[in-house]
Amino acid sequence: METASKNPFAPGEFERKKDQALAHRKWVMFGFCMLLVLPLIAILVDIFWKAAPVLSFDYLTENPTNKGKEGGLWAPLIGTFYLVIGSLLVVTPVGILAAIYMNEYAKDGWLNRTIGIAVTSLAGVPSIVHGLFGLGAFVLAMLPGFNAMLGLEGDEKWEAGLLTASLTVAVMNLPVIITSTREALGAVPQSFREACWNLGATRFQTIRTIVLPNSLSGMLTGIILVVSRAAGETAPILFTGATFFKFIADEGVEKWFPYGPGEPFMAMSMHLNIISNQISQMPENMKFGCAAVLIALILIINSFSIALRVWLRGRKRW
Amino acid sequence: MTQTNAITTRDLKLWYGNFQALLGVSVDIKQGQITSLIGPSGCGKTTLLRCFNRVNERYGNVRTEGEVKILDKNIYEPDVSLAELRKRVGMVFQRPNPLPISVYENVVFGMRIHSPQKLTTSDLDDAVEKALTETGLWADLKDRLDAKATTLQLEQQQKLCIARLLPLKPEVILMDEPCSALDVEGTKAIEELMWSLAGKFTIVIVTHNMAQARRASHECIFMLMGEFVEHSRTEDLFLNPRNPKTAEYIEGRYG
Repeated sequence: METASKNPFAPGEFERKKDQALAHRKWVMFGFCMLLVLPLIAILVDIFWKAAPVLSFDYLTENPTNKGKEGGLWAPLIGTFYLVIGSLLVVTPVGILAAIYMNEYAKDGWLNRTIGIAVTSLAGVPSIVHGLFGLGAFVLAMLPGFNAMLGLEGDEKWEAGLLTASLTVAVMNLPVIITSTREALGAVPQSFREACWNLGATRFQTIRTIVLPNSLSGMLTGIILVVSRAAGETAPILFTGATFFKFIADEGVEKWFPYGPGEPFMAMSMHLNIISNQISQMPENMKFGCAAVLIALILIINSFSIALRVWLRGRKRW
Repeated sequence: MTQTNAITTRDLKLWYGNFQALLGVSVDIKQGQITSLIGPSGCGKTTLLRCFNRVNERYGNVRTEGEVKILDKNIYEPDVSLAELRKRVGMVFQRPNPLPISVYENVVFGMRIHSPQKLTTSDLDDAVEKALTETGLWADLKDRLDAKATTLQLEQQQKLCIARLLPLKPEVILMDEPCSALDVEGTKAIEELMWSLAGKFTIVIVTHNMAQARRASHECIFMLMGEFVEHSRTEDLFLNPRNPKTAEYIEGRYG
């Protein structure tokens, strides 16, 4: 006992209290962390549990019938697919070129900074506002002019549909692409650019031969992020082309290309919205089935994105 | 001495925004010699070096006045092509910065970006062998030409950074503290390489290390606070400095 009492580093009363408090606080924070994770797990389990009876391959490939009370999800699924492709065709070139300009060409002056702030603000705009913007800009302002220019009359006229909805979703996703591309470009060491300039390479040669190949992985992750946003959001397509219900062919080529660019289309997020609260006596399973497929779609896309990022990061070394 | 000058500057002034980094520098750098630029941090030696291939202009708010003549042409005149200038005046950096592509592609990178048509494989192969032989890398790397350049040892990377300038047939090679990231062996190897390239090329080297300037240069220029102070043969500058400020610096009174 003599040796124990001689311990010069024995904790005092104050230290013991501090240690106890430390342990308590750790558990409190762990609790909040669980508060975040547990509901998510609960929701997922609940949705997939209730959806299980309807989930099958046919559920994905059959068209909905009887206002979505029976049948599958093909029409909204293929609609979402084309919406994603359409919006990517617009947002990727515009966003990436804009980001390259801002990062590689523009001098760091007030103009570039203002554009940067504008992009950040655009990212904070609620998606329903983007929807209203799309309605005003693309459906009400652009389409009539477009129809007049092509001389389309009566039934030939393009209406709010895939084109206008894709443009709206593209505008909504523009800041995401610009930000992720700028980050990807910024991650390429400045010394590579210096090496190129000092060999007499122009800015464009530098970008094409060195900067782009080394920032592709970051750009791809941004694009994939945007895919899941385009697939999941309802608000931007609410007024700009998505429709409650549309009969499409059950088989043949028509089944794969059901919507023209000037025609209203069905989409997963919209479909879920409609069958959840607009149609009476909708079987519970159908609602949860639609939610489960939408969530699975987004989870798959996101994990693909993460896997791609990890793989590409592992490949580059400097 | 009847040697010709590779680089002559007259009253060269440079501003970064409102800060004047060079206050009218006039120097003559002799062809085929190794000239070292020394002086304490912030004296403008790197700035002066970067004026010689006008790469300063890529770093933003820079204004230059005065003239810099290389091959009897003022490179600040408007009819000078920056691409042509940088072919003839190459730069080697403090940290080896090979591009993240293969050794082979690093060496031919300059040829590719300056050639309007596709180059033949044999031309490229010859250029790679010649450049790597001249820099003493051929024996080590001839079987690893496809290796990613960023995976080489630092010394090899730095030599590669010199090798990739050679296919462009430069007149002047600028080196900005080329050994400060290297160990003793690497430093020695680069210095030996500099001596073997001298004569064929004019070499200007910025160094923080006075011992290196003494070991590895024919001529030495001392700068202080953006001003030229003294230029003489290296051994004269270190043994009999004319300016008292130079004497104090090489004695290590400040720096």
